[in-house]
Amino acid sequence: MTLDDRTGRIVLDQVTQRFALPREGREFTAVEDVSLDVGRGEFVSIVGPSGCGKSTLLALIAGLVPLTAGRVLLEGRPVEGVTPGLGFVFQRDALFPWKTVVENVGLPLLFRGVDAAAARPRVAEWIARIGLTGFEHYHPHQLSGGMRKRVALAMTMVYEPQIVLMDEPFGALDVQTRNLMENDLLELWAQFRRTVVFVTHDLEEAIALSDRIVVMTASPGHVKSVYTIALPRPRSVTEIRFHPDFGRLYETIWKDLKDEVRLGYERSRHGLSG
Amino acid sequence: MATSAAATVSRAEIHLWRVGLLGAFLALWEVATRRGWVDPFFVSQPTVLALQIGDWIRSGFIVRHLVVTLQETIIGFLLGTLLGVAVGFAFAHWQTLAHVFDPVMVALNAMPRVVLAPLFILWFGLGLLSKVVMVISLVFFVVFFSTYTGIREVDRDLVNNARILGASPQHMIRHVLLPSALTWIFASLRTSVGFALIGAVVGEYLGAHEGMGWVISYAESMFNSTGVLAGLLVLMAAVIAIDLGLQRLDARFSYWKPVPK
Repeated sequence: MTLDDRTGRIVLDQVTQRFALPREGREFTAVEDVSLDVGRGEFVSIVGPSGCGKSTLLALIAGLVPLTAGRVLLEGRPVEGVTPGLGFVFQRDALFPWKTVVENVGLPLLFRGVDAAAARPRVAEWIARIGLTGFEHYHPHQLSGGMRKRVALAMTMVYEPQIVLMDEPFGALDVQTRNLMENDLLELWAQFRRTVVFVTHDLEEAIALSDRIVVMTASPGHVKSVYTIALPRPRSVTEIRFHPDFGRLYETIWKDLKDEVRLGYERSRHGLSG
Repeated sequence: MATSAAATVSRAEIHLWRVGLLGAFLALWEVATRRGWVDPFFVSQPTVLALQIGDWIRSGFIVRHLVVTLQETIIGFLLGTLLGVAVGFAFAHWQTLAHVFDPVMVALNAMPRVVLAPLFILWFGLGLLSKVVMVISLVFFVVFFSTYTGIREVDRDLVNNARILGASPQHMIRHVLLPSALTWIFASLRTSVGFALIGAVVGEYLGAHEGMGWVISYAESMFNSTGVLAGLLVLMAAVIAIDLGLQRLDARFSYWKPVPK
């Protein structure tokens, strides 16, 4: 693949998504008029109150749900349905429970018609990279939450997608495992420089990882503000928190975010939000 | 299951109780019929039953009939399962088909198959075919509903993940839908195998010239309570053996599931 300014680039142009709520006889607007330009190798996080449509935004980019208005361009091409070249790490690790670690990691290669002999070293390499050598023949239920997450990550990275979307991937992990995973992710990202769009509700996580942070409003979600995080790299998520700029950034962005969080909470309490 | 050592009755103790109760029951039965409290003409006698079964085994009589019944059971079970899986997939794949035929399926399933058996015998004769059809009519619905539910209940995240990872429709069936449905099919396997055997025996009972159902029906027509009970005991033993086998099979195929604690 030739690298030009389209490679790994995601452009959202006035994207809106509504869906019908037949039981309530009305439409629900999940995201409204979102425009965003993410360049090759950029790490962008989307934060916002729960129910603001951040996950919907990722699903739209992946082509899992259809757009109501606007367009999404992946590497210059408009998204129509699922784009298989893309990487997507789900909130719950969507591993195939009936397959072992090797089979899970090798699955995207099998789907792509890579022959077994060529796939084997690539799969072994990724299993080694995520530190699961020796666990090749374990089934997902035999692994810890962090291990399963790493398998999901390897499964996504093994086919070398230019764009990786992550939907609160570490939300279910305990704090220590989470920090380890975040550092692993940063290391991988530094090494491979893929475009990453990372959805989270944890502002600290977003600041520690990202180049830019997009703050979304409470539903219907649209972009409220965008912040550039100019903290030095390479970062360690556990240490970057002590950087003098970290607190300032946190304060500024939190001020922006908290009104939306409160609004989202009020609405959910009154059952107004979908 | 209780794990506290104090509360748990040991395995050996449970076995002892089982054997003891069975022994007491048989002894009471034997004594009651010998003393003339109960007429053995109606309820037979344990020793007579044992002799009868021993006789059947020695002469090869019972093996022949058991083989016939198991043959009908297995053929009907396999065909019914195949058909159930196929139609289940078709329903899950073509929603319109499912919407149109859903009431038909429910209505057909609600029909008592035992009452249909004479019709099957009329249509397909006294031999193997009518019994196989009877078995299919029972097994099909169990497997069909399991498959259909299994595919509909498949984890949406897994389907989406497979789509993003580049699965073709064939890949989706082979690596996602079928394994997911299989867990449901296996969960209902013991039910469907039980139904299969019932179907075969009922079919034979109502019209046949061989098989365990026929053995029981023939003994009944002779007012031979020993023959009826001995036939039932042999069937019971067969069911227990099959069930034990299935438990092993289930353990083999659910290797990826967490062991229930």
